Amino acid sequence: MQGRGNSKFQETWTRLKKNKVAFASLFILLILFLIAVFADLIAPYSYSEQNLTNILQKPSSEHWFGTDQYGRDIFSRVIYGSRISLSVGFVAVGVALLAGGILGAIAGFYGGRVDNVIMRCMDILLSIPSVLLALAIVAAFGTSIINLMIATGISTVPSYARLIRAEILSIKDQEYIEAARAVGTNDFIIITKHIIPNCLAPILVQATFGVATAILTVAGLSFVGLGLQPPIPEWGSMLSDVRAYIRGYAYMMVPPAVAIAITVFCLNSLGDGLRDALDPKLRN
Amino acid sequence: MENSTILEIKDLSVSYTSSNKEIKAVRGLDLAIRQGETLGLVGETGAGKTTTALSVLRILPEVSSSIKSGEIMFEGRDILTLSRKEMREIRGRDIAMIFQDPMTSLDPVMTVGRQIEEMISLHTDCDKKELRSRAEAMLEVVGIRKDRFDDYPHQFSGGMKQRVGIAIALSCNPKLLIADEPTTALDVTIQAQVLNLMNQLKEKYRTAMILITHDLGVVAEICSSVAIMYAGQIVEYGSIEQIYGNHMHPYTEGLFDSIPDIEEEKSELKVIDGLPPDPSALPAGCSFSPRCPYATDRCGESCPDDVQVEPGHIVKCILAGKK
Repeated sequence: MQGRGNSKFQETWTRLKKNKVAFASLFILLILFLIAVFADLIAPYSYSEQNLTNILQKPSSEHWFGTDQYGRDIFSRVIYGSRISLSVGFVAVGVALLAGGILGAIAGFYGGRVDNVIMRCMDILLSIPSVLLALAIVAAFGTSIINLMIATGISTVPSYARLIRAEILSIKDQEYIEAARAVGTNDFIIITKHIIPNCLAPILVQATFGVATAILTVAGLSFVGLGLQPPIPEWGSMLSDVRAYIRGYAYMMVPPAVAIAITVFCLNSLGDGLRDALDPKLRN
Repeated sequence: MENSTILEIKDLSVSYTSSNKEIKAVRGLDLAIRQGETLGLVGETGAGKTTTALSVLRILPEVSSSIKSGEIMFEGRDILTLSRKEMREIRGRDIAMIFQDPMTSLDPVMTVGRQIEEMISLHTDCDKKELRSRAEAMLEVVGIRKDRFDDYPHQFSGGMKQRVGIAIALSCNPKLLIADEPTTALDVTIQAQVLNLMNQLKEKYRTAMILITHDLGVVAEICSSVAIMYAGQIVEYGSIEQIYGNHMHPYTEGLFDSIPDIEEEKSELKVIDGLPPDPSALPAGCSFSPRCPYATDRCGESCPDDVQVEPGHIVKCILAGKK
């Protein structure tokens, strides 16, 4: 017999711990989070402090990653940049998941005409190229951080709606849903307490991949100049700024690029690990 | 025994729609059940047993099925005319259901204790402490130690899961319990345990019960009356003695004949020839006539009326009482 209270969460956690890469990724992501939260304490300089007598410095003990064309400390800017990148990534996915989740849940659970209307709207949204849509939104409403989050989130709403709808379609005919109905629960409780916990696994996996994609989209938007306005540091816009200096000062490109790469890699391998850990067929 | 009728189904017809064909799952079914009575609903797969049960709770799939006609009177109120909210209050509190497959009828990501609590919290206003103690008490009633309260369904065996299902169904002390093949998914020894338990609890709580099964042995063990269903209709209804001792309908006869006799040496089981009719294209007249060994020309002409052969014993066959 298994131990008491051996919940699905604990089971998943033990299996995730066995997957070294995924567990290391989780650890690195946690560190990145802490860096983002405590950026004020960690960064040695302000992200916007210019020092025009000290521009384009090579990495040194004073400026670990060197300075940029305005003499700003690149290390500090990468640290502060994590705030924007991570928050935009997670909030964008959160928004998309919430909107897509609610729409997909309603469509899947009620079926029929409601389903048709919602899913055809999602198809329309899906037919617009996502980067183009994000560009249009940011161009139309301006480049605030909120708009950036919405722009990156909205184009992924249909994929969450589809995923959740498909999950709900397969779960709602299970006997335990019928049983829940037979004890007199209403639709809201059935969806929130029985259906959603049961389809959480694939959603969680999709969401971790989604955060990585969102970070890349934001970086891409910033790179083409539709991200956040200077002097706010963001990894993508930092890369974009370096373009002009890439021949003589290529080292400036490395820190933000590596930061993006590490974050995205960790999110992807964590997603992979979660998928394996949550898949009942791989349990042993 | 009190004789007040608790549930009365009158002329119930339920149809499913599938690719524009109407599938008549239940056709003009009449059934009554008194307080404390246990009714066995027996029939082949697809005879409409489960559909009848789901109609009583009004949890038929909304998109594909519809109740064409009939009344379901529960304690004098027609269930079919109640609002959704009134219906939700009846489900679980007054009418509870035990499902066929305990492996799939419990939510895999919720502890069994929480699942019992959910039922109780929906129909009473207990505080958290009382909720837990009542749910724990229910677990013990069905013979599961209360320290298994925080375990998940996958940590239980099939028989224990079915007992959890029984605990959930009985936790609000319902007046009517519908058990849809509660022992089909269990092996024989566990079957006996579960049946005994249901029998004891039924006596203890004085609950009326509809037991849906295709196992005549199970019916003999715990039912007081039996209804035999064929192609959406009740073809024979009577007390357990009447059905087991003096069954009249050719279909009932076929069912009893198909039970192998341990005394007899036979290499082949006796079966009823043919297959149950396609519910989207039912034969004219008596739906059993194409398979009936006694069928006459008259059987194909019109649907036979119910014939009362003795008090409480009803047979839907033109030959009833004449053989």
